[in-house]
Amino acid sequence: MALEPCTELPVKITADIPVLKERGQREVFCGLTGIVWLHRKMQDAFFLVVGSRTCAHLIQSAAGVMIFAEPRFGTAILGERDLAGLADANEELDRVVDQLLERRPDIGTLFLVGSCPSEVIKLDLAKAAERLSTRFFPKVRILNYSGSGIETTFTQGEDACLGSMVPVLPRSDEAGLMVVGSLADVVEDQFRRLFDKMGVGPVYFFPPRRAANLPPVGKGTKLLLAQPFLSDTVRSLVARGATLLPSPYPLGIEGTTAWLKTAADAWNVDASRFEEAIEPPVKRAKIALDRYRQALIGRKAFLFPDSQLEIPLARFLSRECGMELVEVGMPYIDRLLMDKEIALLPAGTLISEGQDVDKQLDRCREARPDITVCGLGLANPLEAAGMATKWSIELVFSPIQGYDQAADLAELFARPLERRRRLTV
Amino acid sequence: MELTLWTYEGPPHVGAMRIATAMEGVHYVLHAPQGDTYADLLFTMIERRDRRPPVTYTTFQARDLGGDTAEMVKTSVREAYDRFKPQVMLVGESCTAELIQDQPGGLAKSMGLPIPVVSLELPAYSKKENWGASETLYHLVRTLLLPVVPAPNTPRPKRDPNIRPKANIIGPTALGFRCRDDIREVLKLLAEIGVDVNVVAPMGSTPDDLLRIPNADFNICLYPEIALTTCTWLSRSFGQPIIKTVPIGVGATRDFIAEIGKVADIDVSQALARSHADTLGNWDAARVSSSAEAGASRLPWYSKSVDSTYLTGKRVFIFGDATHVLAAARMATEELGFTLVGIGTYSREFAREVREVAKKHGIEAVISDDYLAVEAKIAEAAPELVLGTQMERHIAKRLGIPCAVISAPIHVQDVPARYSPQMGWEGANVIFDSWIHPLMMGLEEHLIGMFKEDFEFAEGHMSHLHTVPSQESRRESVATDHAISSTNSSNQAVLTPVAQAIEGVTWSADGEAELKKIPFFVRGKIKRNTEKFASDRGITSITVETLYDAKAQIGQ
Repeated sequence: MALEPCTELPVKITADIPVLKERGQREVFCGLTGIVWLHRKMQDAFFLVVGSRTCAHLIQSAAGVMIFAEPRFGTAILGERDLAGLADANEELDRVVDQLLERRPDIGTLFLVGSCPSEVIKLDLAKAAERLSTRFFPKVRILNYSGSGIETTFTQGEDACLGSMVPVLPRSDEAGLMVVGSLADVVEDQFRRLFDKMGVGPVYFFPPRRAANLPPVGKGTKLLLAQPFLSDTVRSLVARGATLLPSPYPLGIEGTTAWLKTAADAWNVDASRFEEAIEPPVKRAKIALDRYRQALIGRKAFLFPDSQLEIPLARFLSRECGMELVEVGMPYIDRLLMDKEIALLPAGTLISEGQDVDKQLDRCREARPDITVCGLGLANPLEAAGMATKWSIELVFSPIQGYDQAADLAELFARPLERRRRLTV
Repeated sequence: MELTLWTYEGPPHVGAMRIATAMEGVHYVLHAPQGDTYADLLFTMIERRDRRPPVTYTTFQARDLGGDTAEMVKTSVREAYDRFKPQVMLVGESCTAELIQDQPGGLAKSMGLPIPVVSLELPAYSKKENWGASETLYHLVRTLLLPVVPAPNTPRPKRDPNIRPKANIIGPTALGFRCRDDIREVLKLLAEIGVDVNVVAPMGSTPDDLLRIPNADFNICLYPEIALTTCTWLSRSFGQPIIKTVPIGVGATRDFIAEIGKVADIDVSQALARSHADTLGNWDAARVSSSAEAGASRLPWYSKSVDSTYLTGKRVFIFGDATHVLAAARMATEELGFTLVGIGTYSREFAREVREVAKKHGIEAVISDDYLAVEAKIAEAAPELVLGTQMERHIAKRLGIPCAVISAPIHVQDVPARYSPQMGWEGANVIFDSWIHPLMMGLEEHLIGMFKEDFEFAEGHMSHLHTVPSQESRRESVATDHAISSTNSSNQAVLTPVAQAIEGVTWSADGEAELKKIPFFVRGKIKRNTEKFASDRGITSITVETLYDAKAQIGQ
């Protein structure tokens, strides 16, 4: 009877960190949403969802406000005929891919993205990708991953996408640092400069800006995660010989320092060289952050589960901005990737895993936090009830990592409060 | 399997959500996988609603599929009832739930809730959003009113002539294109001719309101895509006549008033006369103040004024839902003097009506929900203005053609704060402004036609839209040239091969140079005409002379 939405009693996982596990209605995105930023990150890639009209509608509702002369994603919509027989569906898929590649000869990498319907009818997209790849090799590489809601939550779509690229990364056992997770181009450049100063390298970013420029992986590869939602990608990279450098995530000054230090230690960078490299940006960041700390200190924050950035964000908000944490919700918690962060949370923080959205809303309204981090389905309704919100998706779309973004990150949370102060209507 | 880049409609359960969200006291339990809650954003973000849609999702995940997903439905129904205490519950499936066949509607009905439960059967792999909305409204109304349907052939009692006639307005929903303001405008029209409103549904109504529907004398089918099935059933069951004219455009609004006059047996001649008499081109205080009381649109005068002369014969392509397309075609041709070069709809249910209009204009209607097919047709017709949906904005951007939105699907900018109906007198004013705005202003059009080498006012540039002749506008201009002259498939930026040049006809250097001097927005059409002219006469290389010969023969 695992299906009854139930509230289990808090279970201890680390000293003083109880986790409230909940099941019920989940107000989260599915992994297909990852396409919205991945298509911009890798401009030579195309994302073809194999799914229903619902899937097509989801992506266009999210991204369709931008006007595209050249769309970089589409949907092969399953019809009744496809549901009738699988052999037929495979031929249909080939036809659709032909049609697409004929019209878009500039596509270098094509991702066939699985959805709930394609997973439920067990359409074997992995095999299809393999078959098509052979046909179009070497002009187009065709990969497959699932962004279905039944298997993935929001940012897990990126995990699945990167995971699908791991097997085709070139092999090299030479020492190198691989920074894993989508970062804004400007942040990538900043990190690259810092690593250069410390003498850490060569540094590869994964995903690359063009899907054709894949970073190498092998026994000498050390993995530093820029994003906390990459469970499967990390495990497949480790399976290819890479070593994970567990670290807090580069959010805020502390997080960024800890993150860079992890890499510096792995490269045996001596302390003075490390300090020298980070001193100017740390100094700047402290000055910039202080302004927003004044606005945030002592305020209460409530984070709904969304992207798995919640724990690192909560750590930043409490330790560097002086906020109090009411509840930190996570869609799921991967201890391998999260322990370093959990250890930094104040003792007694209520962490919840999973969701029963109506009950969580009850808790949120009861607590009257000063700022609620939540998805867009909840944000306006909570605002209308008089509560300040920070919509969480923006955190995935904005440059927030690194020293020079620490203040920008704090500003994202201070802005709704400042806005409430300004408006008189 | 159908390749689609953009879809004109969502799945049918989104249509059902539009009905539930439009109403009060209705709750919808939707059997759907985790992630389908994205649809809440349509209402909280695009429509900026201040509360969550009244929808509970079961949000099953992969691990649940091995177990009892039917039990999840029952839990959700029970909890939704306890928490929200609705007057009516809708229960249905999304596309993925349809595959696992838990029969949630049947399950919910068997649970003995003390309220009506409407089980929705919405086939997600063959039907779409509007159909879903229409079915949901129909089943909801039918479930509530079936017990009070009089015996067949019971004559409807005649209205007491001393009592003002009463109408229901059926069709406005959440996420409809400008429904919010259309209702206000229609209420004004009805007030002007002395008709009372009984129920507006589904927007803003409760199940109790729906029970009062039979009290009205007739039904106004304001959005046929949503309301026609329900209105037809009401007409059959309660003998309520249907007003079928949709009052978008000055002419249609007059027809709408006349139709109500006939059906309700009231005198509307004054209202009609007022709409003709007052062109509002006169700015004296009495008129300006009287214009606050509707009664006429400014469109007729604006359109007659000489500034609008350059609009004559502008080539326009129209696409959207059938209701808005039919209205737009009439307005474009009869009220603005455009030439219709393409028309189409994604509403297959109303294909016949759209085909008839197309035939009248000597063109073939595009009845399709295939974005790529629509894109190809637009490229082929090479219009100067596209009136379409949010999706046509993508096409128009690629082809570098001005575009205005006339129909759903829409995005957040088309749910504006300001009063912006499409219907009635004010609706025509709104439409005049919004359709003309994207076109190049007259003076600029003349000057760009005369002087090609201006460093600021470059080709395809429209200074009233504040686009600098930067790379942006140049790129668009190049893209259009490219799209128009594209003869090879290596044109990598273009997904659809735009209409190919006719086989065996090439452009000589001087011919091509002269072609570039043709004003931007008509160049595509001139090019196509010239090629056809050459091909018909066996000319293989088009020179300057051929170009002008063709122009003389065919005209613009």
